[in-house]
Amino acid sequence: MRDLVIIGGGPAGMSAAIAARESGIQDILILERDGQLGGILQQCIHNGFGLHMFGEELTGPEYAWKYEKKVNELGIEYKLNTMVLDITEDKVITATNSNDGVFQIKAKAIILAMGCRERSKGALNIAGTRPAGIYSAGTAQKYVNTFGYLPGKNVVILGSGDIGLIMARRMTLEGSKVHAVCEIMSYSGGLARNIEQCLNDFNIPLRLEHTVVEIHGKDRLEGVTIAKVDQNRKPILDTREYIPCDTLLLSVGLIPENELSKNANIKLSNITNGAVVDQDRQTSVGGIFACGNVLHVHDLVDFVSKEAEIAGKAAAEYIKSGKKQSFVIPIKTDGKIRYTVPQIITEAKDVTVYFRVSDVYKNAKIIITDGDKAILSKSKAKLAPGEMEKIMLKTEQIKNVKELHFSLEV
Amino acid sequence: MIERKLTCIVCPLGCELAVTLEENRVLEVRGNTCKRGEAYAQNECTNPKRTVTSTVMCEDGGLVSVKTDEPIPKEKIFECMEIINATTARLPIKIGDVIIKNACGSNIVATQNRSK
Amino acid sequence: MYDIAIIGAGIIGGMTARALSKYNLKICILERENDVAMGATKANSAIVHAGFDAKEGSLKARLNVQGSKMMPTICKELGVKYKNNGSLVIGFDNEDRDTLNELLKRGIKNGVEGLRIIGKQELKQIEPNLSNDVLCALYAPTGAIICPYDLTIAAIGNAMDNGAELKRNFAVESIDETSNGYTIKSLNDSVEARFVINCAGIYSDKIAKLIGDNSFDVHARRGEYILLDKECGDMVAHTIFRTPTKMGKGILVSPTVDGNLLLGPTSVDIIEKENKATTQDGINEVIKKAKENLSALPLAKTITSFCGLRAVGSIGDFIINSPKKHFINAAGIESPGLSASPAIAEYIVELLSKQGLKLVENQNYNPIRTSSHTFFEASIEEKNQMIKKNSAYGRIVCRCEGITEGEIIDAIHRNPGARDLDGIKRRTRAQMGRCQGGFCGVYITEILSRELEISFEKVTKFGGQSVINVAKTKGGTPQ
Repeated sequence: MRDLVIIGGGPAGMSAAIAARESGIQDILILERDGQLGGILQQCIHNGFGLHMFGEELTGPEYAWKYEKKVNELGIEYKLNTMVLDITEDKVITATNSNDGVFQIKAKAIILAMGCRERSKGALNIAGTRPAGIYSAGTAQKYVNTFGYLPGKNVVILGSGDIGLIMARRMTLEGSKVHAVCEIMSYSGGLARNIEQCLNDFNIPLRLEHTVVEIHGKDRLEGVTIAKVDQNRKPILDTREYIPCDTLLLSVGLIPENELSKNANIKLSNITNGAVVDQDRQTSVGGIFACGNVLHVHDLVDFVSKEAEIAGKAAAEYIKSGKKQSFVIPIKTDGKIRYTVPQIITEAKDVTVYFRVSDVYKNAKIIITDGDKAILSKSKAKLAPGEMEKIMLKTEQIKNVKELHFSLEV
Repeated sequence: MIERKLTCIVCPLGCELAVTLEENRVLEVRGNTCKRGEAYAQNECTNPKRTVTSTVMCEDGGLVSVKTDEPIPKEKIFECMEIINATTARLPIKIGDVIIKNACGSNIVATQNRSK
Repeated sequence: MYDIAIIGAGIIGGMTARALSKYNLKICILERENDVAMGATKANSAIVHAGFDAKEGSLKARLNVQGSKMMPTICKELGVKYKNNGSLVIGFDNEDRDTLNELLKRGIKNGVEGLRIIGKQELKQIEPNLSNDVLCALYAPTGAIICPYDLTIAAIGNAMDNGAELKRNFAVESIDETSNGYTIKSLNDSVEARFVINCAGIYSDKIAKLIGDNSFDVHARRGEYILLDKECGDMVAHTIFRTPTKMGKGILVSPTVDGNLLLGPTSVDIIEKENKATTQDGINEVIKKAKENLSALPLAKTITSFCGLRAVGSIGDFIINSPKKHFINAAGIESPGLSASPAIAEYIVELLSKQGLKLVENQNYNPIRTSSHTFFEASIEEKNQMIKKNSAYGRIVCRCEGITEGEIIDAIHRNPGARDLDGIKRRTRAQMGRCQGGFCGVYITEILSRELEISFEKVTKFGGQSVINVAKTKGGTPQ
């Protein structure tokens, strides 16, 4: 029996472990599937991490190192190259690695920090052939940054998520020509700074309201046909345009990896694809917490670390006192606000609610109500789906509330 | 007088800046939400600079991730890449080790630890 | 000099090679691609048909029923998954019901066991997710599902374990008669054999023409499919066919042996031999028809879409004959070719024997091949024993499907060894899950490079020019 087992040794897992240790839990074990701690940060060699947490611009490996050092200093135990195969509702973890073989651990509390995966090409059903040369942006990132190989010379990128934008610059710097970044929406899901420094700096065109409609090539990709889309995101046939290229990178969204959570019967949100959690990031299964990209996809690692601290502290409380949820205030959204994390509040204390909107809104007002009663409102000049927002609720605002309703007045 | 629109890249907020210029002299910066935004606009209009990140090959054939210690002039990015690509680094390497001295006005430093 | 040269390493070539490897014969399989099972075998409906479709008295009907009866034993010997899930041909109106009755009669004549028509009520009980518009169905309890490339890989692997040889990237250019057989040439290789068996799928007419046999043509029929996530695999228990019309058997919905849900195929005849591009129209048609069959279709769970090419002969039946001494055609093997394949192989052996091939039993013949999924299916205790012996079994490479480095290394070194990423996928299922190789493709490239002792840039997706990487990013001189 272990006190706390953390699944995943990326930024979320490490931050949660440190927070739990600092809250007095000695017996902590991190299970990491990779050969080193740090998760996806190890291949994110670009800068831009850490402004919130450390007040400086760090690269991914540098950001990871700050936490890895702390994990080592605190003597927190971890197992590398270890894959968790199963978690049960009563917190039995089955995992495997080369040294221990397949083994089981029972834990008092578990923190899920498995991160997310990229949406694959298959889900898009793009017509055409199935040649080599089509990769998710993160896969290309791994080839280029970790292994030192260039997947191709002439590149088209579908989707303008941040990884796609970052890879446009990385491939350009390493000697490829990026011909276009196509985005089916009328706005990019990536950060404005990345459009500036990854595309504009290198004169890479961002083709908004465009998508790839056909893939060409027998063995290796030879080109793609792109087309403009109408308001319903359907391609307009006479705008078809052929771009010769040997590489297509996809940056079409990230999906929290919750296969293990499903095994443990944890209630998932069909909007975030992550667990439904309370203000402590506790899931529907008592003693199992979730944080980072496995809970909902973040745009900044700094927010991942912060969220993981909340989960780490709460897991420590749970282990020490078996903390129970005393009441449940559900947080509802109006659709313009797509989702909130947490989705429920179970304790009267100050709570920061994170949320995302479903479209670009200008001069909007965030309104929080309980039935007819106004709780809080806040004006924002600009809201975009790619940027996570947060709002703080004070203890007294939560007290005696039955339900919180988040809406957007545009 | 000319107006120039910029997207600030100093932090993830990505403020949209409007800069009023006269003969390459910045008269006014609007749209920024912090001091650093103003400084960015100043530099961007007179001497734009970027941090370059990449990898350097190590003597064992593996890679180590690197960055320019300080931003370098934007037009020197590819020159800097050529220097980076022509270099092989000795092992072991600790984060912060200088891998290349003075490439386009900045040291190239390791952003990863690499053992021998 | 080989006794037998088999042209084509698909299911027919594979089954034939295995059937012949029981005897003391020197066998060579010639395959134009970088791997086996790359043609029609790779992308079809993966069904072992009960045998009520083919016209009574046809070769198709006889070999289908016979082959599907042989299939469970063969799969057991070869360690290949076979699931006798039964099939349903669903009807929406009275006209369909009449057709189903015809099929029932035909099936009984063909010797299919257990066939019966069932009504809406029973249907809803056994398949609650079927559309409410379905009226009745023909139930065939002997229908089954199988993985066609797994079966082919296993059959060829077993034949190779028993002495057969495989030559890859051998595209036959010419076949010349010699005093005691044939010389078969590719652009840069040549093979001599006493007997030649043409199992070249959509190219089997071209191969026949090389020896002057112009008696038939084969054209490709495109079939587009959509594969859904394992979460959807239990939406139906049986293989659900539509009542056939003049236009063909229609779009089916079926679980696969690995637990995914398969939708398709479309049916479009083409003149050129190669066109495996999916089309928007095709995908839309599959979606539309599949939606008619089911009450709800979770398309968001799509993993991939693909197009297969079926080899359709100009005769209307399988073309299994000997146009010339010591030369056998097995051509136009369209559906139910997979189901019939064990029987086709036996039939070919018979034809060869009639032509004077001496069949002396190979005393060392071993019909058994352990499953490619032995580790995957082992108990925790067994797994730990295997990990102790070989720590590579402890390292999971493909997280979606839970495939270890040990299994990937096995796939590379076991007959017929995987040479590329797709070869690993078909043997182990690594890269076949939700992320479609997004995470593990990189590591599998690394393992292939190491095990095959080829450079990283030489690793391909499926042979030829299908390289994964084109250059190294770095390469400087020491400072």
